[in-house]
Amino acid sequence: MTKTYAVLAAFLLTIFVLVPVTISATGRWDLYYTLTSVALLSIGAAGVWLTFYIGRINIGQGAYALMGGYVSAVLMTQAGFSFWATLPLAGIFCAAISVLIGLPILRLRGVYFAMITLVLTEVTRLTALALSITNGAKGITSIPLPGELSIFGLTLIPDFSTMDSPKPAFYLLAVTLMVLTYLVLWRIVNSRLGHLCRSLQQNEELSASIGVNTAYLRVLAYAISSFFGGLAGAVFVAISQSIYPSSFAVTDSVNFMLYCFVGGLGYVGGPILGTFLLYFGWDLLSAAKEYQLLIYSSAMIALMLVLPNGVLSLFDRKGRRK
Amino acid sequence: MEQILANGLYLGAQYALIALGLTLIFSLMNVLNFAHGQMYVFGGFVTYTVVAQWGLPFVLGLIASAIILAVMGALIEVFLFRPVIRKSKRDESTMLLAAGIAFFLDAVILLLFGEKQRGVPKIVNGVFNWDMRIIMPYDRILILALAIAMIAGFIALMQYTKAGRAMRALAQDRVAAQLMGVDVDRYSMIGFALGAMLAGLVGGLLVTITGINLGMGGPTSIKAFMMIMIGGAGVISGAIAGGFILGMMESVGLTLLAAYGDITYLVIFASLMVFLAFRPQGLMGKPWG
Repeated sequence: MTKTYAVLAAFLLTIFVLVPVTISATGRWDLYYTLTSVALLSIGAAGVWLTFYIGRINIGQGAYALMGGYVSAVLMTQAGFSFWATLPLAGIFCAAISVLIGLPILRLRGVYFAMITLVLTEVTRLTALALSITNGAKGITSIPLPGELSIFGLTLIPDFSTMDSPKPAFYLLAVTLMVLTYLVLWRIVNSRLGHLCRSLQQNEELSASIGVNTAYLRVLAYAISSFFGGLAGAVFVAISQSIYPSSFAVTDSVNFMLYCFVGGLGYVGGPILGTFLLYFGWDLLSAAKEYQLLIYSSAMIALMLVLPNGVLSLFDRKGRRK
Repeated sequence: MEQILANGLYLGAQYALIALGLTLIFSLMNVLNFAHGQMYVFGGFVTYTVVAQWGLPFVLGLIASAIILAVMGALIEVFLFRPVIRKSKRDESTMLLAAGIAFFLDAVILLLFGEKQRGVPKIVNGVFNWDMRIIMPYDRILILALAIAMIAGFIALMQYTKAGRAMRALAQDRVAAQLMGVDVDRYSMIGFALGAMLAGLVGGLLVTITGINLGMGGPTSIKAFMMIMIGGAGVISGAIAGGFILGMMESVGLTLLAAYGDITYLVIFASLMVFLAFRPQGLMGKPWG
């Protein structure tokens, strides 16, 4: 257990202290954007991971990221909300929608659920194109940067637009949210709720037969998952200051799922590692130009052949040999 | 009205062929083939290369698409899916593999054929006109006839040949089929090859009408998923029904809902959700596939 805490402390030290120090020392400011994206995507992937935890393959996280982004953008530009207020609202909106959608579709299993969530992503994009509040294909642009957040006159977070560069601030915001998300996830997994979710993953009929309210549990897990998706989408909008129907498409939904797979489905930290490896790998491979996708996909296939249970299963195997 | 039905029939026949390949692979291996749309695009490009660039007859192009895709499918099954299914703890791992293959095929198509929209010249000229009620170019009618013939051929293959019987047995119960002496590995390979071949054939058929481009892979896969959800995954009759139903809905929707903008797929999806709430396994699927 102490070893786990040591790893956790080292991880927190790295992301909050070492990374900003290294970046300001080397002057690689572009890394902030990459790392912020990794942190945000891993928040979305955390949601997907939770739906995997109840035994459902979720390829619809892009839909909720898009919804969350639009909720935040519309509230900020048309209703004059502050960014900090829209952040939880975006999450709650997505959670509410996911309850409505989830009630019928969570009865589906396996490939059926996977397929319908994939279709959901495409339909969300089409909805964003068709509605007038989302401004169709033109999207919503020139969204203001997050303003100041204060409680009783005490400034907690300064106005982002007054900073020299909002990049480090966004980075800190994203990693803080990521750490919080994974704390919540870790807490869920190691609680009564987590045990019940595991029982759903193993055998839904059996757990229903001993009195577990499976319908309630899976909707709850799906709502939490979508909350994370909406959160990630809202912050993404704040960073890019714009949103279009194509901001999150089917590819993004598939990617969220892949991040979980690559990291390993049996480990809470899996999605973070998976997101980091795949996103960074993709970024590094841009040097290969037209062969980028070829190398990336070959690496993914090779990874699957060598480690079909995720990268973190490497440690798993070592532990068993001892 | 007749025009709408004819269009729906024409779309449905193509869709059914795509869904057949997907559902065959799913029923045999329990693998959701994300790369199906990319295989379809690949088949289209092979036909384009043979017909438009080498100047050979269209039939040869179709045959080339079928052979190349069948070989590709067999290789993918033997060298990729089989070892992963054997080693992995969870069934879902094959989805990552399938998605990886989809990206890989996208990359290969981009490198081999480029990103431009490609098409081949019309194979038959002229337009069929029945009293201004149904207007349809002859080449579309030819494609429709070919597609229906292929569906019929596929059903005959599954019903009356030894390989077809073996594959149906596999789909029903893998272990039982193995105990009865069916060579599971061999027929999994043949099934995958057949599924990929069907995707390639549809690509080859459609390149003559709509043309083909790199971006068509993903949306095609999504449509195929919708079809097998309507019909029920892993059931051949369901795939055919799903294909024709989606084709009809699209054809009717595009006409009736045109006034409200581009919302046909929105409506289709909403009705699909309601439908699945009552019948999660689709029209003809077994409960929980």
